[in-house]
Amino acid sequence: MKMYLNSIFADPERTARLIDIAQSSFLPLMKGAIFYTIPLTIITFIVGLLLAILTALARISHVKIFQIIARIYVSAIRGTPLLVQLFIIFYGLPSIGIIIDSYIAAVIGFSLSVGAYTSEIIRAAILSTPKGQWEAGYSIGMSYSQVLRRIILPQAARVSIPPLSNSFISLVKDTSLASLVLVSEMFRKAQEIAASNYEFLLVYSEAALIYWVICFILSSIQQMMEKKLDRYV
Amino acid sequence: MILIQGLYKQFGKLEVLKGIDLEVGKGKVVVVIGPSGSGKTTMLRCLNVLETPTNGVISIEDNTLDFSKNVPKKNIAEFRRLTGMVFQSYNLFPHKTALENVMEGPIIVKKENRDAARKKAQALLEKVGLGDKIDFYPAQLSGGQQQRVGIARALAMEPKVMLFDEPTSALDPELVGEVLKVMKDLANEGMTMIVVTHEMRFAREAADEVIFMDQGVVVERNKPEEIFTNPKEERTRKFLNMIQ
Ligand SMILES: Nc1ncnc2c1ncn2[C@@H]1O[C@H](COP(=O)(O)OP(=O)(O)OP(=O)(O)O)[C@@H](O)[C@H]1O
Ligand SMILES: [Mg+2]
Repeated sequence: MKMYLNSIFADPERTARLIDIAQSSFLPLMKGAIFYTIPLTIITFIVGLLLAILTALARISHVKIFQIIARIYVSAIRGTPLLVQLFIIFYGLPSIGIIIDSYIAAVIGFSLSVGAYTSEIIRAAILSTPKGQWEAGYSIGMSYSQVLRRIILPQAARVSIPPLSNSFISLVKDTSLASLVLVSEMFRKAQEIAASNYEFLLVYSEAALIYWVICFILSSIQQMMEKKLDRYV
Repeated sequence: MILIQGLYKQFGKLEVLKGIDLEVGKGKVVVVIGPSGSGKTTMLRCLNVLETPTNGVISIEDNTLDFSKNVPKKNIAEFRRLTGMVFQSYNLFPHKTALENVMEGPIIVKKENRDAARKKAQALLEKVGLGDKIDFYPAQLSGGQQQRVGIARALAMEPKVMLFDEPTSALDPELVGEVLKVMKDLANEGMTMIVVTHEMRFAREAADEVIFMDQGVVVERNKPEEIFTNPKEERTRKFLNMIQ
């Protein structure tokens, strides 16, 4: 530690080199974030959320077979490591002839994961909406799907925004796992840069800092949203 | 115009309604009283098919549901539109303003044009004395105001009959009057109403008939002044003594 700090500050040449590396790696890291990490997060979250709504509806439906399929899906995804799922999709499936582009593989893997985890949030939110809301909807002649879309889901959305925001922020960080299936997202960029100049501590810390800033911004947006939604309770 | 014949409802082994027969003429106001657990709520909920009766026939004007047979979902949805339900706990949609609560049914169910629905909703809210609160969310309204929005929301579907399930029993005493006044106005305008309530003043002033239910059957029915001053059945007498 002391040696490392000494080597930085005692040696002006090394200081200059580090500053240079920090500067020159900033752009590639940001490119990784903007072109891969962020789109990957957004796309998988949207797909995952749709999957989660379907799964939640299947779990509360009265059709046994839907319930069973949804349960198995959630249990399988939650019971196995995300990294293993990604490896199965990207490295495993080609052995049975299914070859998937690394980016698509990551989208599939993360979406399945988001779908399973957030379906529990959405299910709980739907169930937390009082029964009287369904009845009030029915009593003015609405159908099941009308009550669901117009009355229940908007209220469920309100309750689930805090936990969903947390899932979203986790997802930003989890996408770094995509580096292991060769998606050139921010962390893979960091690995490539560090491998070429051996400044692992500096480059990985820089990547960490960018993740932190992104998550900080997202948390602030989350807080703003929650305030705004507090208008009615 | 409303006819209930042999209405039975069972929850598992528990038989709650044991053969209710009742007819309510057009424009009549019927108040239903009875001890807790006697099946008053269940009867109202059967009338707008929030509960499916185990057996029996209900008709409103020329629409009939016969529960001795299988009743298609579509018929239930149609039938439900003939009734307006006002709940004890209001059940307003908390994410919608008073106006949006009232407009919801006409726009989504009746597919009315937005502007027309808005005008009608506004007029209904004015009618229940909330013309200045149309953009308020339920959480910003008192219980009495919320219940009046609930009444306007039901009226917006232009039901043939309004069903009230203890509409004032969740309210602070000083807010009961404003809701009862709206209900009396409705009665005076000729709305057909079935009202479960323990507000005896309302029954005296607005009801054409009072029905006493106990243990899933109609024990006695009569004009309010008759049933209150001169109940025929021992069970009715006991109940009235208890609540007065
Ligand atoms: N969904 C249900 N499942 C099982 N039992 C029910 C259900 N709804 C009502 N009951 C039972 O049916 C009986 C009648 O209930 P109901 O609510 O109709 O009575 P009520 O006359 O409205 O009473 P209160 O004056 O307390 O409102 C009660 O014993 C109640 O526990
Ligand atoms: Mg009741």
